Amino acid sequence: MKTRNLLLAACAAALIAGSAAAEAVKVGMITTLSGGGASLGVAIRDGFMLAVKQAGAKDLEVIVEDDQRKPDIAVQLADRMIQSDKVDILTGIVWSNLAMAVVPAATAQGKFYISPNAGPSALAGKGCHKNYFNAAWQNDNLHEAAGAYANQAGYKKSFIMAPNYPAGVDALNGYKRFYKGELAGEVFTKLGQKDYASEIAQIRASGADSVFFFLPGGMGIAFLKQYAQSGVDIPLIGPAFSFDQDILQAVGDAALGVRNTSQWNKDLDNPANKAFVEAFVAEYGRLPSLYASQGYDTANLILSAMAKADVKDADAFRAALEAADFDSVRGAFKFGPNHHPIQNIYVREVIKEGDVYTNKTIGVALENHADAYAKDCKM
Amino acid sequence: MSLTLLVEQILNGMQFGVTLFLTASGLTLVFGVMGLINLAHGSLFMVGAFAAAATAAATGSFLLALAASIAAAAAAGAIIEVGVIRRLYARDHLDQVLATFALILIFSEGTRWLFGSFPLYLSIPDALAGPVTLPGGIRYPLYRLMTIGVGLVIALGLYLLITRTRLGIRIRAGEADREIVAALGVDISRLYTVVFALGAALAGLAGALVGAIQSVQVGMGEPVLILAFVVIVIGGIGSIRGSLVGAILVGLTDTLGRFLLPGFFRLFMDNSAATSVGSALASMLIYVLMATILIWRPTGLYGARA
Repeated sequence: MKTRNLLLAACAAALIAGSAAAEAVKVGMITTLSGGGASLGVAIRDGFMLAVKQAGAKDLEVIVEDDQRKPDIAVQLADRMIQSDKVDILTGIVWSNLAMAVVPAATAQGKFYISPNAGPSALAGKGCHKNYFNAAWQNDNLHEAAGAYANQAGYKKSFIMAPNYPAGVDALNGYKRFYKGELAGEVFTKLGQKDYASEIAQIRASGADSVFFFLPGGMGIAFLKQYAQSGVDIPLIGPAFSFDQDILQAVGDAALGVRNTSQWNKDLDNPANKAFVEAFVAEYGRLPSLYASQGYDTANLILSAMAKADVKDADAFRAALEAADFDSVRGAFKFGPNHHPIQNIYVREVIKEGDVYTNKTIGVALENHADAYAKDCKM
Repeated sequence: MSLTLLVEQILNGMQFGVTLFLTASGLTLVFGVMGLINLAHGSLFMVGAFAAAATAAATGSFLLALAASIAAAAAAGAIIEVGVIRRLYARDHLDQVLATFALILIFSEGTRWLFGSFPLYLSIPDALAGPVTLPGGIRYPLYRLMTIGVGLVIALGLYLLITRTRLGIRIRAGEADREIVAALGVDISRLYTVVFALGAALAGLAGALVGAIQSVQVGMGEPVLILAFVVIVIGGIGSIRGSLVGAILVGLTDTLGRFLLPGFFRLFMDNSAATSVGSALASMLIYVLMATILIWRPTGLYGARA
């Protein structure tokens, strides 16, 4: 592995010089490891730790803490990590509301924050910061790609649906930013809602030719199962969040054939991805999810910067992060001016391989896609 | 808006209400008889769903899964009643809330420890899959119709149990005066264990029925718990009949509110504003309903206590 060799070389050089690598780089990971949202945090942590283990990095120390999906706890953990543990870099947060509570304060104190998931628009536009990097996506990206895919597929009349909270509003706006057809209906559901009979009845009556929905986690499982039972067969489109490897098994046949948009899939044809999927299965005994891939890339991004610069030299380390000189499992990857990814977003289809439900890449929705907020960012 | 859509939404509201009743009836039974606020009731709902999912995965039988959900939740209920809850009857509600909240955390993390962090698969049997066509051309999922039926049968069964059986007489007597019942030679602590296990079994069955069309995951019980409390407050705490009426009221209000309010606001607002105002108001609607009913009848619809 290139990263590994680079890192070993860097360590060796530092040892010989006997100076720079005196102290380990400390990374504080705040993520959700208990409660209903734990599957995402567990995936991010597992992906991250796999990369750290593969690199064999002796000069990298990772402190992992559970935020219980509560903003106040995330803030306490961040304060403790910055003040007592003296971490150099923070990462790990899954949810946008938690990121908004932690990131601005952490970057203002001179710490780096590398997001493995949440990419709220507020941190991509006017609220961007030179020490904030997002290694996953800006929140709108996958929804924009879904809109672009709907055009490619020739859909003219979409019914769109998301929970009534900021990321849900962003999702519908992201879809509408690229989708060119008319809307058959637009519905905000309750956050955490598990019964979609009412919405499905409206979909049936709407005369739509496609349904776009953003319902992450358990909400998506519930919707897909109920939709399959309803006998409505209007095609569904969604972002990858309702179709990740860890929840597809709970949805079962109800998800088969659904098209969804993602910046990563396990069948993307590049050497880094093949090695990642193989190593992940060997280490954890399950296929990696999109969140695990993001955790893995986040760790490799940090490792690549560590190989080039000392984290105490913030300007040099930042430049090393901006270069993003690592082999991303999603293939080509670089940062835009607001430190958010410029990357391809793919269309996937849910299939069954043997007994396992998974995704197959079937096309590209958007090439080298950058987010809509970069122009507002002045850093 | 067509008439069939309206009828379909009314059915949806009924079905939602009936599943709510299954959880709320256990909660109201426990609160009515023992005066205990059991926040861990949602955890028993989760236990039922996980037991059903594990059994369905092992045996492939949905009926066995339902039986397992009832057995597992009743057993979990009996264990926590004997181990924890029993010590709380004489304490005030704050202690009960604290202890049963601790139970939620223990159940959640225990379930994760046993089953892992990822949601489990539980689906409905093929025999109940798909929609049926009702008179008037309404296509409605068979499983949801069956849920309405099961819920109503259980409501009837509970009614007969409370009004016609010896156990029912004891439950009602225990509700009225614990000391006198004990003095008359009824083993009151065993009665409480039985009532608690019965409430838990109902919650477990609801968890399995609902889990098959929703998601089986850690933390699935908490949102249900809040709604169940709304239902029993509306219906009158301790009243089974109240919880049935309350549950169906909440189910209909919530479903029809979500469906009709955005359309209503669209009459005089532009589309996206109407959607957000309508949705926001719809999610408050059941609490507005609760407040209105409490103003009119402070003890709930069928509440006996002042």
